[in-house]
Amino acid sequence: MPTDIANMVKVFERPASLTGARFTYCPGCSHGVITRIIGQTLDELGIAERTIGLAPVGCSVFAYLWYKCDALQVAHGRASAVATGVKRARPESIVFSYQGDGDFASIGTAESIHAANRGENITVIFVNNQIYGMTGGELAPTTLVDQKTSTTPDGRDPTLFGYPIRFSEVIAQLDAPAYITRQALYDTKRINDTTAAIKKAFEYQVEGKGYSLVEILSTCPTNWRMTPLQSNEHVENVVTEVFPLGDLIDRG
Amino acid sequence: MPRGTVVIDAERCKGCGLCIAACPQKVLAFSGTLNKSGYNVAHMERPEACIGCAFCAMTCPDIAIEVYREKVPT
Repeated sequence: MPTDIANMVKVFERPASLTGARFTYCPGCSHGVITRIIGQTLDELGIAERTIGLAPVGCSVFAYLWYKCDALQVAHGRASAVATGVKRARPESIVFSYQGDGDFASIGTAESIHAANRGENITVIFVNNQIYGMTGGELAPTTLVDQKTSTTPDGRDPTLFGYPIRFSEVIAQLDAPAYITRQALYDTKRINDTTAAIKKAFEYQVEGKGYSLVEILSTCPTNWRMTPLQSNEHVENVVTEVFPLGDLIDRG
Repeated sequence: MPRGTVVIDAERCKGCGLCIAACPQKVLAFSGTLNKSGYNVAHMERPEACIGCAFCAMTCPDIAIEVYREKVPT
């Protein structure tokens, strides 16, 4: 440690809304960055005391360990439905669900769409890494055409498996949602954009504006068989061609 | 340009290298030292070049980095 640190000010530290528990994610996985941003948002808005988080099934199944707010771990895909119940029973609470693409856009399709269609006043963090991470890298609804997974070793053939679903665009057809956006984390500018989007999504809920969805293009270096750096380049150069970044709806 | 420094929690670091790539001043590098989990952890190779921009800490998926910056006279 340099000797002049005493004359410096701390400009970046672990958010106070997070516990000290270590993340169980693989090296370079984007989940940790998203968790850190949510913690920072809870700090900035001063809402950790009244926030209830919903952890999904998937790599982020242990999400309840990392936030100092209350949390539930719910059945696969059903986080938006449970969020509906929690928010209606405790409307003074701030409720967010944290769901992967297999959870939100496949197994939970019905629950996800109808929570959005009802305009529930909740915040959904939708982490899209185009693969089932925890279970061994199988085909997900969001898997890119020709992408190799453990269940499509020759690449995704659309005549057999269909095309990657742009689930945020599907939900953006509905009349009720207040805010739908897609962001990424492949460089510091995108991390700043994602931070602003997540903050806006929580602010909308605090202000009672209704349903908000932040999709985040995430990486899975382990199952993509790439280094963390190659994974970021893959998101920037390939994934964003299929899943374009930006706001889809902002009715704030 | 203000001077800065970072403190890396070597036991949290998983050696993913994203901070090394994010640093605009090329301060960070792999240390060649393994932590208890067996990861080759990042360290400050050129501490004198750090400007405390916190790009490394923003990028770190394991919140293993704290950033300090020189007080700028107002």
